[in-house]
Amino acid sequence: MATTTEDAGPPGPAGGDPMRPAPFRVARRVVETHDVFTLWLEPVGGPGGFSSQPGQFDMLYAFGAGEVPVSLSGPPGPVKQVVHTIRAVGPVTQSLQRLKRGDVVGLRGPFGSAWPVSLAEGSDVVLVAGGIGLAPLRPALYHVLSQRERYGRIVLLYGARTPRDILFAREIETWRGRFDADVEVVVDRAAPGWHGLVGVVTTLVPRAHFDPHNAVAFVCGPELMMTFTVRALAHHGVVPARTWVSLERNMKCAVGFCGHCQLGPTFICRDGPVYRWDRVAPLLGVREL
Amino acid sequence: MPETAVETGVECAIEVADLDPLLGALRERGFTVMGPLLRDGAVIYDEVRSSADLPAGWTDRQEPGSYRLQRSDSPRLFDFTVGPSSWKRFLHPPALRLWQAHREDGGFQVVDVEPPPPRLAFLAVRACEIHAIAVQDRVLLGGPHVDPAYRARRAGLFVVAVQCTRAGATCFCASMKTGPRAGAGYDLALTEVLEAGRHWFRVEVGSERGAEVLAAVPHRAVRPGESAAAERALAGVAEQMGRTMETAGLPALLRRSPEHPRWSEVANRCLACGNCTMVCPTCFCTTVEDTGDLAGRTAERVRRWDSCFSAEFSYIHGGSVRPSIRARYRQWLTHKLSTWHDQFGESGCVGCGRCITWCPAGIDLTEEVRALQASKRRKEDRRADA
Amino acid sequence: MQTLEPILAQIPLFQGMRPEHLKLIAGCASNARFDAGQFIGRQGEPADKFWIVRQGRVALEIHAPGRGALTIMTVAENEVLGWSWLLAPHQWHFDAYALTATRAIALDGKCLRGKFASDHELGYELMSRFSQLIVQRLEATNLQLLDLYGDHD
Repeated sequence: MATTTEDAGPPGPAGGDPMRPAPFRVARRVVETHDVFTLWLEPVGGPGGFSSQPGQFDMLYAFGAGEVPVSLSGPPGPVKQVVHTIRAVGPVTQSLQRLKRGDVVGLRGPFGSAWPVSLAEGSDVVLVAGGIGLAPLRPALYHVLSQRERYGRIVLLYGARTPRDILFAREIETWRGRFDADVEVVVDRAAPGWHGLVGVVTTLVPRAHFDPHNAVAFVCGPELMMTFTVRALAHHGVVPARTWVSLERNMKCAVGFCGHCQLGPTFICRDGPVYRWDRVAPLLGVREL
Repeated sequence: MPETAVETGVECAIEVADLDPLLGALRERGFTVMGPLLRDGAVIYDEVRSSADLPAGWTDRQEPGSYRLQRSDSPRLFDFTVGPSSWKRFLHPPALRLWQAHREDGGFQVVDVEPPPPRLAFLAVRACEIHAIAVQDRVLLGGPHVDPAYRARRAGLFVVAVQCTRAGATCFCASMKTGPRAGAGYDLALTEVLEAGRHWFRVEVGSERGAEVLAAVPHRAVRPGESAAAERALAGVAEQMGRTMETAGLPALLRRSPEHPRWSEVANRCLACGNCTMVCPTCFCTTVEDTGDLAGRTAERVRRWDSCFSAEFSYIHGGSVRPSIRARYRQWLTHKLSTWHDQFGESGCVGCGRCITWCPAGIDLTEEVRALQASKRRKEDRRADA
Repeated sequence: MQTLEPILAQIPLFQGMRPEHLKLIAGCASNARFDAGQFIGRQGEPADKFWIVRQGRVALEIHAPGRGALTIMTVAENEVLGWSWLLAPHQWHFDAYALTATRAIALDGKCLRGKFASDHELGYELMSRFSQLIVQRLEATNLQLLDLYGDHD
């Protein structure tokens, strides 16, 4: 009996038992905003070998508190340190927020589908992020920037709630400074002193510089934000079959056993979280599915 | 005692008195035998030590929202249909400690705490239940990941089927094409025959292991006329079933019907208690509970059956995705009969009828399906008239 | 005087308009410049113009006592600033404030309204385009109100 798929390798660092977390030590911790932080994690007991694709997620376990799905936010491919950017919104993420360098968490993963970066080669790449949705998109951005010559224009459109909610602000300035990428940031609301754009992220789509007929769009944020963004992209000429989104539902096991993350016929942990928009749009259109 | 060569596909006969030697042979081979017992006013499954534990002389009467045991004047041992428990409680336990974590050296170590599960033999598995086990196999063993807890219990399982000689009012396995006759998926299959004052079992051998076990039990060749007697005992069971379900086109119909008014109607009756999911032999959903001791030294994770009927089931940051009972009932029924096909290539319903019997509101999924189909038919009729 | 017609033809609001209509519109257009920090319009003042921003960034603000100036939205390159000129009572609803040095094309509302009176087709065309713009802004406002990235429990 096959225990794992041939192509994906063993199901996470724990090997045979997909429900068993492996210990990872916090190597570095950075406060991004008032409620978002980033952890760099290293396998306990030497190099465990970790590799992921952009858009995949891990299950992170805070000792005694519980486990949550968290997207990888660092560079894809083989890495020594696994990077997660986490918003503290519940008891488990708040426990993770209290961790210090040297503390240990449990990790299972990586799981799920990825942004189709290979398929996007030769096209303009438009990344549209809303809120914490920038974290799961960052690995895709790292990838396309590292393989710059394989892509057309690269555009990042990012909407945050307020200026103080902007993630990776310093890195955004670096990206903005590149001549080969366009970066626009907009906030929903701003106090005096903000000289950037104010409005919703959808308004950035028509002003961005890319060829909508030869573009691939990756969209990540709250579901409503994605719905409206895809509409704005379509209005601008990016067809839904060239648009991908990353979905979120309750997840307990991440391997298709627990049933929680079903959206109609799909398991988001297994078939998602990244979907081609036209494949899930009819499902998202049904209330309370 | 005349013996016969025992091999797969062969029919033999054993006497009622030979059931205990059969149980003994299984125990000798290291099996813990689970089978039907009377408990709490129902036939449930638990460890069977002797044939005296079996519910001889008892039968059941089932209706939507109703289950009653009745004394029968017959010495039959298996004269009942399925009760509230299903074999999934042994293969996919209601609560299971997945692991424990101990703090050490500034980190923690994850260790197994559950003892290795016993080797299981199931006695009196019905055709619908054999199919239910196969359905869960596909969920927990057939995908890219394998549930090791399920695999450890499922591997080496010995199945003694019992062919149904009667059907209940909530049965509809014939519609789901999972019964009433068990054709495969067992090691041995018993047909209880009580005819002309003789009480015995026909034994069909379904595997080499079955043959090996039967060879260790007093048995004999089937005598002339006995096969026909066993077939007579099975005759008419499909026609006795109190429920039917038309499955042709059903997955597509449900896919098209998320906004059907019937969902609101059934939601008015559904209590969202989750009974149907607990008694269902294929429902596999679980949640995990992580706990830690007060000293922060030890933590553990327990996996428990969960139900898509609870609002918390679909909770994501901010709230439940399915706050209404309408959406939760729709999720359950649509999953069973439609999206299960997309996910696992077959129906998630085996027609055992437990969800009908054990629904405190007497909601009958076959009736709900018929209501959805009827309004579709009315629409088609209107189109035909136009 | 060099006509603004070719420039107007490139602006999304006017794209695909008939040349004779563009010519009429250009007749009401002029260049404008604002320094960073300069108010372009103030709440309650008569609104007799609208602008297409060519370069720079303009904030639409509302001042709340105790909270200061709150930015409702920003208007950037090739976007339209102001529609109060089109609808009675032709008054600014917000303050418009140049965040950066801004170049724009000003369109005279009175002049345009006069042309609409004699050319209903032009009036209908521009009204349709502004309606679309207003709906887009309304949708954006709805999304802002939903506070998509906030806590919702």
